[in-house]
Amino acid sequence: MIRRSLLKLANPQLLALIGVLLINWLLFPNFFRVTWQDGRFFGSLIDVLNRGAPVAILAVGMVGVIATKGVDLSVGAVMAVAGAVAATMVVAGYPAPIAVVAALVVGLLCGLWNGILVAILDIQPIIATLVLMVAGRGIAQLITEGFIVTFTDPVLIYIGTGSFLGFPMAAVIALVLMIIVTLIVRRTAIGLFIEAVGVNRAAASLAGIRSRMLLLLVYSLSGLCAAIAGIIVAGDIRGADANNAGLWLELDAILAVVIGGTSLLGGRFSVPLAFVGALIIQAMNTGILVSGFPPEFNLIVKAGLIFIVLVIQSPLASRLAPPRIKPVAKAAAK
Amino acid sequence: MTDGQYALEARGIVKIFGNHVALDKVDFGLRPGEVHALLGENGAGKSTLIKILTGAYQPTLGDVIVDGSPVTLNNPQHAQTHGIGTVYQEVNLLPNRSVAENLYLGHQPTWFGFVDRRKMERDARTVLARYGLNIDPSSELGAHSVAVQQIVAIARAVELSGKVLILDEPTASLDRNEVERLFDIIRDLKAQGLAVVFITHFLDQVFAIADRVTILRNGKLIDTKSLDNLTRTDVVRLMLGKDIAFSGATQLEENRPLGEVLLDFKGYGKKRSVMPFNLTIHKGEVVGVAGLLGSGRTEMARIMFGADSADEGTVSVAGKPTSISKPTDAIAHGFGFCPEDRKAEGIFGDLSVRENIVIALQGKLGWFSALTRDEQMEIAGRYGESMDIRAASLDMPIKLLSGGNQQKAILSRWLATDPTFLILDEPTRGIDVGAHAEIVRTINRLRDEGLALVVISSELDEVVAYSSRIVVMRDRELVAELNGENINPGVIVQAIANHKDGVQT
Repeated sequence: MIRRSLLKLANPQLLALIGVLLINWLLFPNFFRVTWQDGRFFGSLIDVLNRGAPVAILAVGMVGVIATKGVDLSVGAVMAVAGAVAATMVVAGYPAPIAVVAALVVGLLCGLWNGILVAILDIQPIIATLVLMVAGRGIAQLITEGFIVTFTDPVLIYIGTGSFLGFPMAAVIALVLMIIVTLIVRRTAIGLFIEAVGVNRAAASLAGIRSRMLLLLVYSLSGLCAAIAGIIVAGDIRGADANNAGLWLELDAILAVVIGGTSLLGGRFSVPLAFVGALIIQAMNTGILVSGFPPEFNLIVKAGLIFIVLVIQSPLASRLAPPRIKPVAKAAAK
Repeated sequence: MTDGQYALEARGIVKIFGNHVALDKVDFGLRPGEVHALLGENGAGKSTLIKILTGAYQPTLGDVIVDGSPVTLNNPQHAQTHGIGTVYQEVNLLPNRSVAENLYLGHQPTWFGFVDRRKMERDARTVLARYGLNIDPSSELGAHSVAVQQIVAIARAVELSGKVLILDEPTASLDRNEVERLFDIIRDLKAQGLAVVFITHFLDQVFAIADRVTILRNGKLIDTKSLDNLTRTDVVRLMLGKDIAFSGATQLEENRPLGEVLLDFKGYGKKRSVMPFNLTIHKGEVVGVAGLLGSGRTEMARIMFGADSADEGTVSVAGKPTSISKPTDAIAHGFGFCPEDRKAEGIFGDLSVRENIVIALQGKLGWFSALTRDEQMEIAGRYGESMDIRAASLDMPIKLLSGGNQQKAILSRWLATDPTFLILDEPTRGIDVGAHAEIVRTINRLRDEGLALVVISSELDEVVAYSSRIVVMRDRELVAELNGENINPGVIVQAIANHKDGVQT
């Protein structure tokens, strides 16, 4: 069993992450240097973890949604809403824990809303979540009344920029969340049911799986994760920016999930690999920054990566590299 | 030569897909001024033949002959220029364009290169009037009923081709009055000398409108006959391949005492799907369901399992009234259901054989009492062995297995839930002989273990072999319940064909 999980580590995503890090090291020899300063670690590697945390958290929520053959475009906007809620509440004098809980509840409700549109009203996920993607920023602006709400609350700032055992708080939160969600989906039957619904919803329903409850759950989780990411980003800049917080991050999150090996057609998924996918994206971003290339390269490199991943997942590639397990018998005619 | 009299003829058509022979030397001749019904169960080769006649497929061997000369039809548009038009079950026009545009799409009358809308609508009005339709040609097609759309589709096909009209299940979504209206139009066209091919599952309609009938079975031509000399029983017998000599020749189960009543459906039905039926099912019996495709057998299975919810009638399980409106209700009562369309509704193609087997049991256990991997392996291994599932590994995706092994896995999925009642819809369709035997063996074993089973099958020999009782479905209605000596293919064929007095023409 242990041997098996060690072998599992040698998967393409981790190799890709190591590859990107090595390229960064070639371009920038100090890339792996980590120093201890003011009670915390510093260095490019730590930076990857810290900067990558919001997208990694989004990816943890997004992977379940995509496994059910859905997609959640609203996570960036939900980040802005959650950030706005937390910031305005602490500014209005509420204690930080209450503000944080309120922001998380709002994120959960946003996710639930998406879930209701998809599961109960049977709206296509891309359209259903597009509603909140557009409306979310408006809601966030209404909450902040159009201003960037800045705050000095130490707890919120700690969530965004603090450190825990020397590691950045954001990265610690992302890692803990990833582990909790992985345990929840894999130690219960939820993971299997998500995959079953993603592969064949009609068959899942006939096999007695409550697919509606399951969809409500995955979209709610995605909303909750977006809220966590939103609070971190707000804490990081010490303010809630309704227009720019989480802007376009839904696309990075989707990319992270796809790099993590989950097909947009639903089915098999892995939470840890989606997390690794997010780190790969951030490692590229950081690498381009520290190696002195103009940041414009970032977008082109990212596009190139998406292209490669999609080609690998395309039907053409699977024809060129047939599955290792041979079918025992020919499929029956027709 | 009699050939000259055919408007459209197919001679010695062979069509092979991969190594599957879809049509084996089929001859088909269509006379001008006749309505010719094309009959056969699923997989008989009807649609392949139609696609060859309309140029959608090319025959592997054989000729298509139009007006006495062989032609090569490259595609349906090309067939149209030879006078062959087709109307499909699903109207494939553009619902958001006007009636006139739909009639003339691609052939609009033009005026210096511009569409002459006024002329188009004027022409459309005259054409539609010939079909008894008095509707505004500039109105949107989608605003009209399916029947009207169907008639517009026919008008378009006749206008564009004008010699042969192929109607592929045109009445499937029409009510009785609409069918009558359609038939009036077909009779008119026939009087004008058009040759019409009519495909349907409703035998009554065949006898109401058709002059001759061609029956296909398993890709082979069984016969082409004039309907004047045929009874419904003859037609069903030809479709299902039952000879008179065969009836009564089956071994009957000795009358075993019935177990306790497990299920009692009273007046159970769903509008536009299955007419209300009464059915009592005992422990330890197999109730066979016979009927042609489209007779409502699958719909009956689906409302019994709650896959569609019944809108009238009551059901009681072990004497207690209850409601079964969704599959989870049914499963909670110990039901299981193997659907007809294995690929679309049965298997989870990308998931492993193991997961496919445990999923219903896990669904019953709920989200939080997950089976461990070892438990899953144990369960899957046990059923894999007892059902003889041939897979290199229980962890391989089930889509790589043969149809028969997939079916065994789905059966195992329900057996793992320790069911009291199983509904099997065509459990042996399209699977190899070995798996077929295994599934029939399992049905017998389960009955002996005291389960109640409802098995739907088109294979009459098979239904007869394992059923303790047989119900016959016709036109969405349960029309007969056969016991004891009456369980033989001859009686079943009679029951399927029997015309109910005076209800439908």
